Amino acid sequence: MKLQLQGITKRFGTFTANDQIDLVVQPGEIHALLGENGAGKSTLMNVLYGLYEPTEGTILVDDAPVAFKGPGDAMAAGIGMVHQHFMLVPVLTVAENIMLGAEQTSRGMLDLRRARKLVRELSDRHHLEVDPDAKVEDLPVGIQQRVEILKALAREAKVLILDEPTAVLTPQETDHLMEVMRSLKEQGTSLVFISHKLREVREVADTITVIRRGKVVGTAEPTATAAELAALMVGRTVQLRVDKEPAQPRDVILDVDKLRVVDAAGQVLVDDISFSVRGGEIYAIAGVQGNGQTELTEAIVGLIEPASGRVVIDGEDVTEDTTYDILRAGVGYVPEDRAHDGLVSSFSIAENLVLDMHDQAPFGGRIQLNNKEIAKNAIARVEEFDVRTTSASAPASTLSGGNQQKVVLARELSRPLRLFVVSQPTRGVDVGSMEFVHKRIVAERDRGAAVLLVSTELDEVVSLADRIGVMYRGAIVGELPPTASAQEFGLLMGGQQGDTGDHDTKESA
Amino acid sequence: MSEQKAGGEPAVSTPESGSSKIETPDGGAGRLREVFRSDHPAVLTILAIVAAVVIGSILIIASDQATRTAASYFTAAPMDTFSAAWHAVSGAYVAIFEGSILNPSSLSSGDTATIFGPISETIVSATPLIFAGLSVTLAFRAGLFNIGAQGQILLAAIFAGYVGFSWHLPVVLHVIVAVLAGILGGALWAGLAGVLKAKTGAHEVITTIMLNYVALGLIQYLLGVHGFQAKPYNQAISPPVDHNALYPHLFGSALRANVAFLVAIAATVAVAWLLGRSTFGFRLRTVGANQDAARTAGISISRVYIVVMLIVGALAGLAGSAQVLGTSPQVTSDIDAGFGFDAITVSLLGRGSPIGTFWAGMLFGALRAGSVQLLASTNTPSDLVQVLQALIVLFIAAPGLVRLIFRLRRGAGGQTAVVAKGWNG
Ligand SMILES: Nc1ncnc2c1ncn2[C@@H]1O[C@H](COP(=O)(O)OP(=O)(O)OP(=O)(O)O)[C@@H](O)[C@H]1O
Ligand SMILES: [Mg+2]
Repeated sequence: MKLQLQGITKRFGTFTANDQIDLVVQPGEIHALLGENGAGKSTLMNVLYGLYEPTEGTILVDDAPVAFKGPGDAMAAGIGMVHQHFMLVPVLTVAENIMLGAEQTSRGMLDLRRARKLVRELSDRHHLEVDPDAKVEDLPVGIQQRVEILKALAREAKVLILDEPTAVLTPQETDHLMEVMRSLKEQGTSLVFISHKLREVREVADTITVIRRGKVVGTAEPTATAAELAALMVGRTVQLRVDKEPAQPRDVILDVDKLRVVDAAGQVLVDDISFSVRGGEIYAIAGVQGNGQTELTEAIVGLIEPASGRVVIDGEDVTEDTTYDILRAGVGYVPEDRAHDGLVSSFSIAENLVLDMHDQAPFGGRIQLNNKEIAKNAIARVEEFDVRTTSASAPASTLSGGNQQKVVLARELSRPLRLFVVSQPTRGVDVGSMEFVHKRIVAERDRGAAVLLVSTELDEVVSLADRIGVMYRGAIVGELPPTASAQEFGLLMGGQQGDTGDHDTKESA
Repeated sequence: MSEQKAGGEPAVSTPESGSSKIETPDGGAGRLREVFRSDHPAVLTILAIVAAVVIGSILIIASDQATRTAASYFTAAPMDTFSAAWHAVSGAYVAIFEGSILNPSSLSSGDTATIFGPISETIVSATPLIFAGLSVTLAFRAGLFNIGAQGQILLAAIFAGYVGFSWHLPVVLHVIVAVLAGILGGALWAGLAGVLKAKTGAHEVITTIMLNYVALGLIQYLLGVHGFQAKPYNQAISPPVDHNALYPHLFGSALRANVAFLVAIAATVAVAWLLGRSTFGFRLRTVGANQDAARTAGISISRVYIVVMLIVGALAGLAGSAQVLGTSPQVTSDIDAGFGFDAITVSLLGRGSPIGTFWAGMLFGALRAGSVQLLASTNTPSDLVQVLQALIVLFIAAPGLVRLIFRLRRGAGGQTAVVAKGWNG
């Protein structure tokens, strides 16, 4: 199926998110969309999927103009879209989710057996292994994404839109997804692929279209270098490597001592972890997602109560302190899931920028807010962090993915910090902004703050950190210098410590 | 951000340069049309009321005896049917208008009490609705559903009423103390639900409903206890509150409107300030919008719940005080007069905004006042008012219906789009 966008314009009020965009997706190609945060990629895809009505322009399917009133029409025309979250019903099984909206019935009864069979068939054909009877809420993100893809395929999508599918995937899952994409392509499906990771785009795409500030600014071959692509996206040359002086460690600021976190079911999530971070250094936690990193950071900032152990900040035991007190003591915290924990999407950008400082001078006192200062601060931060928005009083929900991330970072970096705990700082952030964020993190270190960086991106860890601890099943299984090889990291991340093989696969972890 | 044509593209390949056509947005009239074609909340609210009035008219016609009689010989004299229908519909709405705002025939009398009577009655009914509506609205903004305004009103009536009839304080002081007692009663009752929610996680919908029954039982019990029950102890009613404890009348003693209405205006302003300008309001809204983000920002959710419920109860308590220290100055077990539940409707119509709640309270107050006149001067059943209220709520709760009827375009930030947002913004 050939898909053609002609002169698509989408305005939100006076703001033009897509401006006369022309795009052709040929049958059986992988078409990558590149662009800065807020360039208008997701908006364009939402137009294509029938979620937004275009202000101007036409969509042609096999050279015939179509008008989508909603995603239902788009699906009927053979367009499928994979969203990262929220689109699956967590309490239903995989088969039920895939059937949802296209229920197969026989004599008035839901035909679950047929749905299950369909799921098996599809997952065999496309190497998307999933258990049709598993409850979606019990599945990790990577598998949930497979369900999303299967759901689109079950509706016989000829064009599949993947909007930043790899942002939350582990490297292994990413590799697998790319294989799936290639095999879909071979079977005639076209794919539209959005990602900020240039490596992935160059590896898998047939055609690359670059969008900047709502306009198509060029196309590129996958043979173009990462630097060329980055420059085309951002409109200037981007430094893809982090420039930093050797660390000058000072006194210990964060001291974590035999910290242990156990969940309600008795599972050990953080297993007697001890480490310390000095002022003026970046200590990174590397590892595959879901090995206790989230719980470790949450325990440090007082969001969950550890079962035992201590957290000491600047010589003061804060294990029992509330998050409020810990943040006030000069700790900045960027949670891993910005949409859930970092932002209130219905609040304005200005309000989000003071979420954890609203009762501190100059933004407010015990009683009253100072809305003027809040607005002033917002204008300054939006400028400093290059948050692409029409107005600082717009709700955060209108921001593009990467710009939401920038708001959270801008907030946490806008007060003097002694300790900066930051998870996945550049998830969903474009290469230009990534350069900026990395510079800011290094600047925070050079100012003398202790930085605890948690990232599943090995590249990021290696280029930013001064020391690296690798986490596996709740424990730090080893520390490596940033100069260590990828193989060394790989072994540790897989839990291989020294020579004793790890056979306890039955252990629930 | 302005649209810029950045120079110096890298030499990969750039598209044809004619793609930067800029459309000028249409002029003022076009923009106004845009507002009315959009699904702006204010537009939706007004259209919901319009739709309710239209359907109400159909019901009036269908239930009108004269119209039905005329319809039986419709082919012979069709105009008879139309005129009877018009008569019934206009009669009903005119009666509501005359009962709640102004009766033109009273103008000639020149008696201010008669002229302003309907407005005064609207104010009397609107005052407790505004207080209780604000109570529901504030709770709602914190993500809590206060079904318990009824119980809180009853508790306030007990407290304010008791202080009103059994204490004997000087003028001015007495009413203030009685009002404060009412606030305390309401705050205690709602605060209990708040503490239960914060400490045990008990759902406030369940606890506030249960506390309604407890409050009802309590007031019925007290109205049988000597000292609370008025002599000669044969009726479930308390002694009348002291004159000193009553809210002073606003427009002379002939009209029932009293100072409680001014307090309601002040409460509206106070709630608006609390939500928009205070640090506590900020926390309240954060908790209401996203608990995880609130917790991550160091906000104590349980503390917010408790304080919110105390304030919410105080507002409902003001509704109870307005009743017992104004409109019906003797405690009875039905002194809440259904305001507790109508408050939920009022709050819904007000769309979570204090000012909106105020006007919704005024509208429902007017409808209540109008229903009296409707009963007195027409054949239309006064249930029409309840039907109208229900229809308004129905249309507010189902905006899709209003969009469909009036062919509105869905706004830019439509809900589908928000739902569809995943990881990538
Ligand atoms: N509902 C809306 N109302 C107003 N502006 C919006 C709305 N949705 C998106 N925008 C704006 O449109 C622009 C494009 O957003 P979009 O989400 O398409 O960006 P993107 O290219 O996907 O960026 P990212 O890489 O960060 O995900 C942004 O500046 C955003 O603020
Ligand atoms: Mg996007």
